[in-house]
Amino acid sequence: MFSQRRNLIFLFFGIVGLLFIGKLFFLQVIDDTYEKAADNNAIRKIIQIPFRGEVYDRFGKLIVYNTPVYDLYIIPRKAVVKDTNHFCRVFRVTKEYFIKTTQRARAYSRVKPSLFLKHLSKEDFASVQDAMVDFPGFFFETNAFRTYQSRSFSNALGYVAEISPNALVDQKDDYYRQGDYVGISGIESFYEETLRGQRGVKYRMVNSNGVEKGDYKNGSLNINPVSGNNLYTSIDLAIQEYADSLMQHKVGSLVAIEPSTGEILAMVSAPSYDASQLTGNNFSKYYQQLALDPMKPLLNRPPSAYYRPGSTFKLVQALVGQQLGFIGPGTVYSHAGAPVKCHGHGPVDLRGAIRVSCNPYFYHAFRKMIYDNTTGDTYERSAKGLQRWADLVANFGFGRKLGVDLGNEKKGILPNVEYYNSVYKGEKMWKFSNIYSISIGEGEIVVSPLKMANLAAIIANRGWYIPPHVVKGVGLQKSIDPFYKTPVKVGVDAKYFNVVIDGMEDAVTHGTVEADGRIPDIKMVGKTGTSQNQKGKDHSIFIAFAPRDNPKIAIAVFVENAGFGGSAAAPIASLVVEKYLKRKVDRKAVETKFMNMNYLPNAYSVVRKKVAPDSTKK
Amino acid sequence: MTDSNHIQGRIDWITVGFYVLFVGLGWLNIYSAVYSPDAPLAFSDPAFYNSNAGKQLVWLGTSFVLIVCILVIDFRFFESFALFIYLGLLLLLIAVPFLGVTINGSHSWFKFGSVTIQPAEFAKTATALLLAKYLNDPLVNLTKFPFQWKAALIIGIPMVLIIGSNETGSALVFASFMILLYREGLPGAYPALFIGGIVLFVSALLVQAWIILVVLVVLAGLLVLFMPIYMQRDPKTYLRLSGAIAGIMTLALLVDWVVNNVLKEHQRNRIRVLIDPGFDPRGLGYQVTQSKIAIGSGGFWGKGFLGGTQTKFDFVPEQSTDMVFCTIGEEHGFVGVMLMILFFLGFLWRLMYLADLQRSRFARAYGFGLVGILFFHFLVNIGMTIGLMPIMGIPLPFFSYGGSSLWSFTILLFIFLKLDSHRSDMLSR
Repeated sequence: MFSQRRNLIFLFFGIVGLLFIGKLFFLQVIDDTYEKAADNNAIRKIIQIPFRGEVYDRFGKLIVYNTPVYDLYIIPRKAVVKDTNHFCRVFRVTKEYFIKTTQRARAYSRVKPSLFLKHLSKEDFASVQDAMVDFPGFFFETNAFRTYQSRSFSNALGYVAEISPNALVDQKDDYYRQGDYVGISGIESFYEETLRGQRGVKYRMVNSNGVEKGDYKNGSLNINPVSGNNLYTSIDLAIQEYADSLMQHKVGSLVAIEPSTGEILAMVSAPSYDASQLTGNNFSKYYQQLALDPMKPLLNRPPSAYYRPGSTFKLVQALVGQQLGFIGPGTVYSHAGAPVKCHGHGPVDLRGAIRVSCNPYFYHAFRKMIYDNTTGDTYERSAKGLQRWADLVANFGFGRKLGVDLGNEKKGILPNVEYYNSVYKGEKMWKFSNIYSISIGEGEIVVSPLKMANLAAIIANRGWYIPPHVVKGVGLQKSIDPFYKTPVKVGVDAKYFNVVIDGMEDAVTHGTVEADGRIPDIKMVGKTGTSQNQKGKDHSIFIAFAPRDNPKIAIAVFVENAGFGGSAAAPIASLVVEKYLKRKVDRKAVETKFMNMNYLPNAYSVVRKKVAPDSTKK
Repeated sequence: MTDSNHIQGRIDWITVGFYVLFVGLGWLNIYSAVYSPDAPLAFSDPAFYNSNAGKQLVWLGTSFVLIVCILVIDFRFFESFALFIYLGLLLLLIAVPFLGVTINGSHSWFKFGSVTIQPAEFAKTATALLLAKYLNDPLVNLTKFPFQWKAALIIGIPMVLIIGSNETGSALVFASFMILLYREGLPGAYPALFIGGIVLFVSALLVQAWIILVVLVVLAGLLVLFMPIYMQRDPKTYLRLSGAIAGIMTLALLVDWVVNNVLKEHQRNRIRVLIDPGFDPRGLGYQVTQSKIAIGSGGFWGKGFLGGTQTKFDFVPEQSTDMVFCTIGEEHGFVGVMLMILFFLGFLWRLMYLADLQRSRFARAYGFGLVGILFFHFLVNIGMTIGLMPIMGIPLPFFSYGGSSLWSFTILLFIFLKLDSHRSDMLSR
């Protein structure tokens, strides 16, 4: 009876079984969303940020390193604080802070860690260690701060800050995440990939409460963090600090280079800032203050600021003019027929022209360089002459990047045919009479202090330079890009340098350099410059190298709104040269005078003019 | 007469093999589910015996003792004492609200020292025995209403008591006696209505009422189209069909009312989670969502024994008890669960085959009762882990962790094997 019903019953069972198998096939084989969901559930990717590379000076003195700081975390479910007052005393927080932060942590998650207290110092960390047993549910995580040995060198060094939203979007290899730290300027930025090291990744298994339960796949997928490479710079920290102290109360730049290697010995941007305040909790407040400062303390002036070279550019004219064959040591020009003014002196030869910085001399010389060809009208001849001139001048690094290992190097402007064509809106729209200002380093030519220091090095080397650089060795091997080892020739024969250097020597001993700029026992040769600017007092410029024979240091000093090059920039340069070559300065009076010299009022008056509403609408 | 010496030869070793396979694999799964990769426990560690895997080992040992006891007891005991066993269980079910303790929000447990027992688990066995004994009477004819009524009473009393102690899931298991009754002659209309009712219930929740109406009208139209011409001419046919449609529609509309007004909040939510898989995945839908993630992440071949991350790290609640299927799904993949389902169906087939060999109606009915109970657990337990059934506290037989569950299924099964071993001694009436 009813025995066939067994088959019916089993048919029903079978249908259910097939239904299950079908659903399982869909869940497990076809639909892969569950796999991803499972990984998100159970595997937590932990990024381990390695220590950033340290930075040393040329003698192995530490400039930048990392200080571990400790962040205190709380897991609300495990946190039991029996004596709140005791806790607040130990961690030096107010009771309100304790209550507020605990509540916020609890609201976020009872089982996941929340940040309770940020950036405890090593000392604070040590002092609370013993008390930690009384506070279950609290634990520390290590973090690191950039720490600066010296307040000097901040601008060239650059700083480290959280990556900006734009940079986060623009990054090429998708390395950074929100909140990651990245080098923003200077060598921190240029050597970012070297300094940052290799980030570690840990895959940890976590349970449903977010509690870690060991390494995923026994850690086979983990990548250990690799510390960043150290940078060994060519900076002489003693000189750097000394130069910094001389540049206080001033706006400007100082760059010192070892001519034979292109190594930068010191690089000052004034006014500067205190890099140690740009770390940690204080960052945004201090950054805001710096960003709003009209003196632009965040700008690294040596590679980035724009100036007219003024009379220092006459050195280039003298070299190029000789190389092109239009002038020689015996070429003499008087003041007659020149639209540029000069001081009272008679006709001079090339050496004398450099000594007294004779404007008409270089006007005439430049005119000859531009017009000395026979084809076409004055417009065509101007274009042809300028092109020949500009091609040679470009070898000195003008109008292009030198390739210094710092972020934000600016090209500057070397006006050539193309440039004037665009300024005057077409060919044959301009001729020598429109462009003669550049003969004396005024007008359209724009340079950076770094380029002028490099010019001093070129002259010191008599015709070549090694691209200036701050870092002379990277990592354990202290390796360096061959680019920073390879001399670049400027295309001017060594013999043409003699007369120029003679002129520079005269300029220091009995020329445009005032007495404060002379070092009694060192033969420094140099050239002053006074850069015109529409807004205020002239900028004071001086470039030099020393000693004259076998030069050890080439230097450029720019002091904004400080007047003649011989009166402000030259003495400062001379002090740095003296300090570098003798490791001490004997001229204490000069030193004190220029350390205390304050050119800021001049600079601020310029700024005030700039920011004042322009009512006349010229 | 027989004695225990002959039992060895007559016991169905195939079924015993299935049993050993299931509890063995089940134990490995529990071991894996509670295995903690950061702190594995050694067998020698006393703490191991506090873990579910360790305790289950103890339960397995005691089950063996139970099996021996059952095989030693005279086979006629179960039929003769069926009523006493049944009444005894009823007493326990009545006593549990007063003397029991609450575990996991269910006030249905007795506690003896560290051992907890849930009488509801054993009530199934007792009911199956009494129902089988009742059907053993040749005069009982399930096509007749008075007998149907009495059978329903035997099933209904413990069911009501269990619902009373808030164990709706365990109470629903008693619906599985439909299979026993069907096999023993209950008209097919009953299970058909039962299944039809469930289909209607689910469709009333899933789709708009007018869709059900359209489907019914289309079905009626097809019925008319294919029915013999002479019936089509009878106006009564159309009247009956219209009446049926109206009745079914009323029921369908009633479903919403029942869900909203009769069911309790947590029951309503379980149904809601079922029909809307995306509903509240972190709250009410958490268990189903996590369970599907665990099984789904297993892929075709699985993550390997002890390799599951979802079950290991407690993402799936109750993963060694009611949700143990997730561990199989995650660690052994589609291949593992398919084999498991096929083995289980094979096991049920073997039991039904044995049941039909019985000469006594008592043994046969009991066998189908056993099959029905096992199948119901299989259906609901696996169904809920893959989101086809609402979440109910129903274990997977032999696989889930739990002493009451393992003991009750062992007793349930081995009573049948004991009866089966004596099938030639039984009188066919």
